[in-house]
Amino acid sequence: MSVLDDVFTRCGEEGRSALVGYLPAGYPDLPTSLEAVRTLARAGADVIEVGVPYTDPLMDGPVLERAASTALRAGFRLKDVFTVVEAARDAGAVPVVMTYWNPVLRYGVDRFAQDLADAGGAGLITPDLIPDEAGAWRSAAEERGLAPVFLVAPSSTDDRLRSTTQACRGFVYVASTMGVTGVRASVGSDAERLVERTRAVTDLPLCVGLGVSTGAQAAQVAAFADGVIVGSALVRALGGEDGLKDLEHLTHQLAEGVRGV
Amino acid sequence: MTATPRTTTDRFGDFGGRYVPEALVAALDELDAARTEAMADPDFRAELDRLQRDYTGRPSPLTEVPRFAAHAGGPRIFLKREDLNHTGSHKINNVLGQALLAVRMGKRRVIAETGAGQHGVATATAAALLGLECTVYMGQVDTERQALNVARMRLLGAEVVAVPTGSGTLKDAINEAMRDWVTNVGHTHYLLGTVTGPHPFPTMVRDFHAVIGQEARKQLDDVVGGLPDAVCACVGGGSNAIGIFHAFRDEPSVALWGFEAGGDGIESGRHAARFSGGQPGVLHGASTYVLQDADGQTLETHSVSAGLDYPSIGPEHAFLHDSGLARYAPVTDDEAMEAFRLLCRTEGIIPAIESAHALAGALRIGPELGEGTVLLVNLSGRGDKDVDTAARWFGLVDDEGQARVDGEAGPGDADADHEQGPDA
Repeated sequence: MSVLDDVFTRCGEEGRSALVGYLPAGYPDLPTSLEAVRTLARAGADVIEVGVPYTDPLMDGPVLERAASTALRAGFRLKDVFTVVEAARDAGAVPVVMTYWNPVLRYGVDRFAQDLADAGGAGLITPDLIPDEAGAWRSAAEERGLAPVFLVAPSSTDDRLRSTTQACRGFVYVASTMGVTGVRASVGSDAERLVERTRAVTDLPLCVGLGVSTGAQAAQVAAFADGVIVGSALVRALGGEDGLKDLEHLTHQLAEGVRGV
Repeated sequence: MTATPRTTTDRFGDFGGRYVPEALVAALDELDAARTEAMADPDFRAELDRLQRDYTGRPSPLTEVPRFAAHAGGPRIFLKREDLNHTGSHKINNVLGQALLAVRMGKRRVIAETGAGQHGVATATAAALLGLECTVYMGQVDTERQALNVARMRLLGAEVVAVPTGSGTLKDAINEAMRDWVTNVGHTHYLLGTVTGPHPFPTMVRDFHAVIGQEARKQLDDVVGGLPDAVCACVGGGSNAIGIFHAFRDEPSVALWGFEAGGDGIESGRHAARFSGGQPGVLHGASTYVLQDADGQTLETHSVSAGLDYPSIGPEHAFLHDSGLARYAPVTDDEAMEAFRLLCRTEGIIPAIESAHALAGALRIGPELGEGTVLLVNLSGRGDKDVDTAARWFGLVDDEGQARVDGEAGPGDADADHEQGPDA
């Protein structure tokens, strides 16, 4: 059993969904970013997705795009991601990294897998790497006990839902809407339908992302998903004047949401 | 629809593939199936051929340029005149093909990225012709240096969106177009303008441009009775180069030369020469050479030519480079602008600044080829869009863009002239 399996089992036993919080490493700068993942863990995130700021984030909406630019301008270096992963783990959350593929490729797939495992990371979410292209990464991950997490989308055929989930470990990232990351007024019915279709082909926990920003939306998604992923809303909170405090407040609300409070 | 088999990924050696969000995979499969069917459908081919002939004006001429060649150290030089196509560049070849495919797939909207504006103009043109909605993404910096093309696209009914993020150039326009596509993929076709991106784009775009080399090979054979010794093209994403190279790829006697944007010079770091400083990586859906830092972050590029100002290159070029089937070299802004001026003055042809890089390359390799050889250059576009840039470069306008003239005629007294005029 990996730490990811443990956390979803525990949440299941508590009769609730897991709260999965995303923050980019090094945003707005490295020291604040370390404090932010500790805050996120303390306030109730079960899993923390540590994002790698990248110059060409083509799956991301304006909030995450700007955050990546800010982090890069503040001097983010790829190796900093491991420092943030360590901080998240030490604060009691299960850390996974989310990254576009080129930084990993440049760093070296095996070297990245080794350093991620050494820092206490549990897996890697790859928004622009589909299993079809992930041979080297899947071998490296398996060797070091890391979970490869791929995305499924409303446009995925049933065949692709099957082959993609077979390549996943830990959980499946269910991208609930067609589009880029960002806060949405409503989560939409696509999400529930995609979860149903995915459930039919896998027993892995299903975490739903893209659009959740409030406790109420978290509760709505928690009714049918094993995990609720929140990104842009947390980044927006952290980017405000009283960033860490707002982040803590929002995380509390979301943690109540996934408990159906 | 019946269950589709597992995605097939097409590669050029180690390069190519599909590095995309899962959300786009179904659309790429649909496109791959549609273009394969269409290319085997005589009706589709006939419609595309008709448009190329009656609308684009193909075949484009082949022009020998002896006064220009006199500066190139020996070879006879022939220009493949893609600049004479409707909309002013080779881009229309691919655009008409993909726009017909979009209609065939039942999409009502096309989107495109553009750097210099040539691909955007061609896409806006085809959208007007076929009654499709059209949105063109263009980096903010490029909208400023290619203002005339922004107006052209809007005249044609396209919506033009300036992209301020990143470096505000072509790569950022592609990011934004990808974001639009992943959101609206149900009714929108991404009419990608070059031979990069995820499969099937590099292969499909090449196939639509292969007509350039096919025509040129036949035209040249009619004149010289054989093959050229070398073929020169500029390489941004690489569509015009692949288009002319493809017909000669299996001819070992023909040297294929791609010229990249050397900007201020390789040593300055301000350039867009992927084979002089880039490493294999992934950008915009393809595994290829990328100008990147030690952390895999994309580097900002520089070129006087917006169409070559791009940090990665089509994956087939990466393969041709690594396998030695084609050679690539950087051409600086200065060299390109000198070649630009030379073609204007010796042949009365104003080339696109992009194409001027290929001309500069021809001047460079000419002396090595020597007397009695034949050099084919793809003149991929015309320079109307670049007149403002060139006028500033050569000091033909002042800082405010007002024309400087060579002299003023006679002592002018307008009122006196009027009184003595023929109607008086």
